[in-house]
Amino acid sequence: MGTMFAKIWDRHVVTRRGGDVLLYIDRQLVHEVTSPQAFEGLRLAGRPVRRPGAILAVPDHNVPTTPDRAERIDDRESREQIEALRKNALGAGVTLIDITDPRQGIVHIIGPEAGLVLPGITIVCGDSHTGTLGAFGAIAFGIGTSEVEHVLAAQSLWQKMPRQMRVTVTGALRPLVTPKDVILSVIARIGASGGTGYAIEFAGETVRRMSMEGRMTMCNMTIEAGARFGLISPDEITYAYLKGRPLAPPPGMWEAAVADWKTLPSDPDAKWDREVALDASALEPHVTWGTSPQDALPVGGAVPDPAAQADPGEKDRMRRALEYMGLVPGTRLTDIPVDKVFIGSCTNARIEDLRAAAAVAKGRKVAPGVTALVVPGSGLVKKQAEEEGLDRVFLDAGFQWRLPGCSMCLGMNPDKLKAGERCASTSNRNFEGRQGPGGRTHLMSPPMAAAAAVTGRIADVREVAR
Amino acid sequence: MREKFTFLDTAGVPLDRRNVDTDAIIPARYLKTIKRTGLEEGLFFAWRYDADGRERPDFPLNRPSYRGGRVLVAGENFGCGSSREHAVWALMDFGFRAVIAPSFSDIFHNNCLKNGMLPVTLPAADVQSLIDALLAAPGCRVEVDLPGQTVKGPKGDVHRFSIDPFAKTCLLEGLDEIALTMKSAPEIDRYERERKAATPWLFRDIPG
Ligand code: SF4
Repeated sequence: MGTMFAKIWDRHVVTRRGGDVLLYIDRQLVHEVTSPQAFEGLRLAGRPVRRPGAILAVPDHNVPTTPDRAERIDDRESREQIEALRKNALGAGVTLIDITDPRQGIVHIIGPEAGLVLPGITIVCGDSHTGTLGAFGAIAFGIGTSEVEHVLAAQSLWQKMPRQMRVTVTGALRPLVTPKDVILSVIARIGASGGTGYAIEFAGETVRRMSMEGRMTMCNMTIEAGARFGLISPDEITYAYLKGRPLAPPPGMWEAAVADWKTLPSDPDAKWDREVALDASALEPHVTWGTSPQDALPVGGAVPDPAAQADPGEKDRMRRALEYMGLVPGTRLTDIPVDKVFIGSCTNARIEDLRAAAAVAKGRKVAPGVTALVVPGSGLVKKQAEEEGLDRVFLDAGFQWRLPGCSMCLGMNPDKLKAGERCASTSNRNFEGRQGPGGRTHLMSPPMAAAAAVTGRIADVREVAR
Repeated sequence: MREKFTFLDTAGVPLDRRNVDTDAIIPARYLKTIKRTGLEEGLFFAWRYDADGRERPDFPLNRPSYRGGRVLVAGENFGCGSSREHAVWALMDFGFRAVIAPSFSDIFHNNCLKNGMLPVTLPAADVQSLIDALLAAPGCRVEVDLPGQTVKGPKGDVHRFSIDPFAKTCLLEGLDEIALTMKSAPEIDRYERERKAATPWLFRDIPG
């Protein structure tokens, strides 16, 4: 009778206080930017880390992506944060995947690779894109630093049950249309705050056919619709992904675990507070034109005109966005030139993303004047891509092939846009200054970003790859 | 641990924008700190300063009549985007103790409460009327009364707001939430034992 979210939630209730529950947290991921103050808070209060074995630490946000990073990190503050993470992990007995570790990468990518994220668990990280991990049928959510400290100390958090939304996607995706296009169109439909207060479960045949990589891309961006939680019920695709990973249930426990996971999916008569249906069979590749992820349009479209918007607040927001983006209403999206291309981030830097981008880059050249970066999401993704020869494809086409990290997704490391530069990016946020002060971001899928790289403008990948 | 929150009677600072994201509140380059303080410099950096580092005179935080204001009044979906608690720390470093908006992102809202900052949700029309009044008469005052759960605008208009009773108590008394939770340690111990028995595969330590 319940939603999958409610079933997992109920299993994790330690105790209640009014309308709040103390929710047990099975696992926590920590990175260098949002954890130092949490560890410091514990130290000041003289509190130990309750379950060090349930925590995994990794530096990802401000690590350089150039080969010399093991020897030197020029930025003093970045270095200090990475060193603080090392010290804190060591002091607490928490496992750290350091920058020289072949498994290092973006926190939301390495967790699944380790088999750390399993159906039915609760997992948190001081990072809003933790919802990514809900793709395994888990309650996964981003928290602030005070909450990180709370989980370190008590392995639990006071929470209110969110409302339940189901987004059902049907129809086969057309060639070169990806899960990124699906989620961009969902966000455009419900708006940047349409999911506030909700957990969103993605369902429907289109989602069932997606790989774990694609499902993670979908759940990654639920926060861009305001929802802290995105989730997808586990199935054979999930089990096949997990089997044999370091922290997946070992052979003697595997059967019991799978039997348990099969009880998780939402019941047919589960009650939803809101339902959204999307027919994806005619969906086109999507691109954003503005400074909110909700500003997504099919690539065949044109920059919208604020004057046509009735709501004064929205009109004003659109005007401001166009001014920042340096765009004029009516301009065709495919007439917008780009300076940089970024293929990376926890949204789209898994192996499947790199394969899709490489298929477009293959035998083509990055357009003159364009700088294009490929930043694999983790050391394991990088290794696999190299085994498949994808690095050669990118390098031959004139892309740069970097070491794993968040990189130009948020410009905390040296990879950033200069003021006025325009970037085709596979990341998740096109906020003002996100990729560097004054930088302009257009969000899109990996094949679309590769098409932008080889044409020097936003392009319909279906025409480029023809 | 935290500062207590009871009343505010202060200049209101209008920020007539919706979807103000945490990258705008504090850009990523200011997050490279291991402290909770010293973040006021980065607050709304790209909106406060131009490319040459000069203050933009028309941005509300730079206008003399709004200086010292401790209540920010903004558009819907305030604090969307990243989970960075630095956004709250920066607002507090600058002097803000409350934000009034038609809606907040879930994580930002939580982060406020953990730090003794009051997020007040009011209907969009009420917020717009407050913003309009503050823009029309810069420097005029807004009163926030947490015990009574009201906001009083510059024209004497009174707006009631709701707040979770536990969050209210924590704000009024400046409580340390972790210390409170620690009282539930026996329940956590018991839960953990049961969970370990039911799903032993979740209790294998993460390999180094
Ligand atoms: S890749 Fe971008 S969105 Fe993902 S964790 Fe890193 S900074 Fe955040």
